[in-house]
Formats: sequence, structure tokens, C-alpha cells
Amino acid sequence: MSDLLFEMTEKALAKNIPLSVQLDLTYRCNERCVHCYLDHEDHGEMTTAEIKQLLDEMAEAGVFILTLSGGEIFVRKDFFEILEYARLERQFCVKLKTNAIMIRELEAARLREIGVESIQISIYSYRPEVHDAITLVPGSLKRSLDAVRFLKSQGLRVILGNVLMVQNMQDYQGVRALAEEIGVECTLDPTITPMMDGDRSVLKLGVNQNALREVFRDKALVGDVEEFCAIAEPADENGLLALPCSAGHTSCYVSPYGDVYPCVQFPLPTGNVRQQRFFDIWRDSERMKEVRSIRLKDLTTCSSCSHSGSCTRCPGLAFMEGNMRGPSSQDCEKSFARTGIPSANMLAKKRAPANLVQIGVAPVSPVTQPSGAIA
Amino acid sequence: MSNLYVARNPRVAARSLDGEMMIMSGSDSTLFTLNKTATIIWQSADGATPLEQIVRQKICTEYQVEASEALRDAESVARNLASHGILQISEQPILHGAAK
Repeated sequence: MSDLLFEMTEKALAKNIPLSVQLDLTYRCNERCVHCYLDHEDHGEMTTAEIKQLLDEMAEAGVFILTLSGGEIFVRKDFFEILEYARLERQFCVKLKTNAIMIRELEAARLREIGVESIQISIYSYRPEVHDAITLVPGSLKRSLDAVRFLKSQGLRVILGNVLMVQNMQDYQGVRALAEEIGVECTLDPTITPMMDGDRSVLKLGVNQNALREVFRDKALVGDVEEFCAIAEPADENGLLALPCSAGHTSCYVSPYGDVYPCVQFPLPTGNVRQQRFFDIWRDSERMKEVRSIRLKDLTTCSSCSHSGSCTRCPGLAFMEGNMRGPSSQDCEKSFARTGIPSANMLAKKRAPANLVQIGVAPVSPVTQPSGAIA
Repeated sequence: MSNLYVARNPRVAARSLDGEMMIMSGSDSTLFTLNKTATIIWQSADGATPLEQIVRQKICTEYQVEASEALRDAESVARNLASHGILQISEQPILHGAAK
């Protein structure tokens, strides 16, 4: 994060402004990724008019960074109408997340014309037999990579978003090399998110501890391995008062049905924009206020954990485990893989660690790393 | 007398945060913040109102400042913003107008 954006975020925090929102336009998708946490049936998506109304309200509330995601955003026939409205009528800084298989030269040129900050495209491998086996769509890697090149040729900022799982564990370096060859950025995320209905069966796709340890010791990914894997001091008095993350503080998530959550990975319903104004939910929801009130000192197990000073505990994943003030096992496992020291949660459970974490990757030249670098 | 017209570049992203504009350049995603005077110019930059009128009606009424000095400063700000692609400036009205 740039110093200026940090400064703006601090100001937004002080003024209770939702600086950044992810809006999923649809859960429908033209791929069927094996690790996806969504129900792809349409249960009553917001109409074009409803979304424009929401964009009006979000702009009024002070939202600046708008991430449009899904599902697959391009399956909405009104996608460009929504994007144009968001960009040209309401001046959002727009980021897109897509599999890009519907982006050809024409769409790439139109995106360039409208102007977006970045386009993150899901690429799981450099090998079609691996990528296509994850998306369950034959030919999807070729189409996505064609789109990457179309977008790149338009001068747009493209980020390859890779999710690390059992199926593609051996391929992340190849994806990085591919990104470097094309001249785009690349991220790696080993987090597998449970289904929104609570089903955790997809977690079995996550990589195991041994694989994770290897990834955390890959200099190309983490930079200084010794520093990255060092055991940090537990949180001090100030650290215990720190905010867990931006969810509910300066950012939130809106589903295609208008439900507002603290984050896409924190499925705690706080209101619906079909019934209340966006800012009223943001400001007044008791659940949002509860999320906002939590500090590290309030966390039952984590506040006394030896990793408290360096853990990237996700409150949403903790919530999905049953307690938003409890530990997120996936992050315990990350800390364990990084340092070899079990977390307080793991010691309490006295069980072998499972296998899920979340990391970012070092930049691929010549472009810079997006926000969310290794923490 | 200056005949400068200014229009917001519709390709940038912009939002007011506590009275100051946050602007992200459409060309290279560089983030800028505008101070309160520059924010007034930005918000009034519709392509049709001369900068001199913006200064006289929106800045001189807000701040205790000599009109000619304020106009010189405003022109400097406008040219600086234009150099970053945030504003469009012209000696003629900018017919395509600015972002809403």
C-alpha cells in the first residue's frame, strides 16, 4: 500500500467511511472450479437499476475502490453498462476479477476505453491439462491466456491470480514464469474458502504442511526466507489494541442479492440493500458494530498465542469455524509452517496441523506487487 | 484576463474524503489528494465555466484573497493537475464537458 493510500485509509477509518467494497455482480459462472465456494444458481440477482442505485449510494457513502467480481462478471449481459456507470458516472476506482474467457479483442479495447485499475484473472497452471481439470472447462487456459494478451496489448494492468491446491502444487513456479514472460503480475493464494453454506469439504483440496513449508521457503516467493520465517515477538500492549483487518472497518462486501457482509470471506449478514440504504447498514448494523469492536485483546485463544505479533488471522475464517473471536485454524497452520512453532490453538487442540494458509507472492518484474503482500 | 477553461478528466477515479478529493490517474493508477482549494477547482471544472469565474465565485468568497493572486494560483494548480492528466485545460470551452 502506498503511503498516500495508507493515509487515506487511516482517515477513512477515523471517519467510518467504507473506502473499499467488493461487489459480486453474479454467482453464475461459465467455469466449474473444483475449489469454488459459491452456489452458481441465480437466486434473484440485483437488476441493472438496483445495482446503479447501489452504486449511487456507495459513491455517496465515500466508497472509492470498487472491486467487481463474481461468479463470472462477463456472464451478465449488462456488465459493460454497469462498469460504464461505475467508472464514468460515479468515478469509482474499479478493479475486476474474472476468468476472462469471454474477453476478446473487442472487450479488451472497451475496457481500455472505460478505464479500470486492474484485471485479476484466475490462472491455476501453465499446463492446460492441469488448469482445465480445475476449471472443468476444456480449452479454458488457452482462452484465458489469449485474453491476458489482449488486455496487456491494450496497456491494461493484468494480474494472474493463482490458488494453490493439491492439483496444481507443482505448477506455481511455471505460472510465475509465464507471468514474467507476458509482462504481467502474479499472486499466489493457498487459501481454500469453505462453501458459503458452511460445507467445509472443499478444504481437502488444500496443500499439506510439507508443501506449505516448501512454499514458505521459496526465495522467489517470499524474498528473505530467514526474515519471513522468523519468530516474531508476541503482540505488545499496543498490538493487543490493533484491528484484526479492514473487514467492517474500511471495507465490506455486497453479494449479487444485495446482502452486505464485512468481507467476501466473512459471511455474517449485516443487512440488505434492497431493504435499507447501504450507508445505514454500514453505519448502524449491530453486527457490523460488533465486528468493528473486536481487538486482538478480545480474542479468547489468539491474544495469548506466541504468534500474536505476526499472525495473519482472518476473522472471517474464524467466524466460519464457529467463532469470530476464535482462532482461524488455516492461519494457525500458516504460522506453524512458517516458523515450526505450533499456535496456542493447535496446542489446545493437541492435534496435528491441517493444511491451509494465505500468502501473497513477491513481484514479478517489471511490474509491482499488488496490495496484500506476504504478511 | 485569463480565458482558461477547465474540465475534469472522466478517465480518472475520484472521491471526496473529508473535504479533500482523492484522485487516481486513469493512465498509471497514481493516487493524488487535492487540498481544499484544488478540490474546489476540481469540483467546479465543468468545461463551460471559465476558471476566472470559478475563482471569483467559489474561491474568493471562501478565502480572504486578492482575485488576481488567487487566479494566478488557480492557473498554476490547474496546469499542474493537467500535467498529471487529472484536468483538461483549454483556451476555449471544453464541449465534451467533464465527468458528472
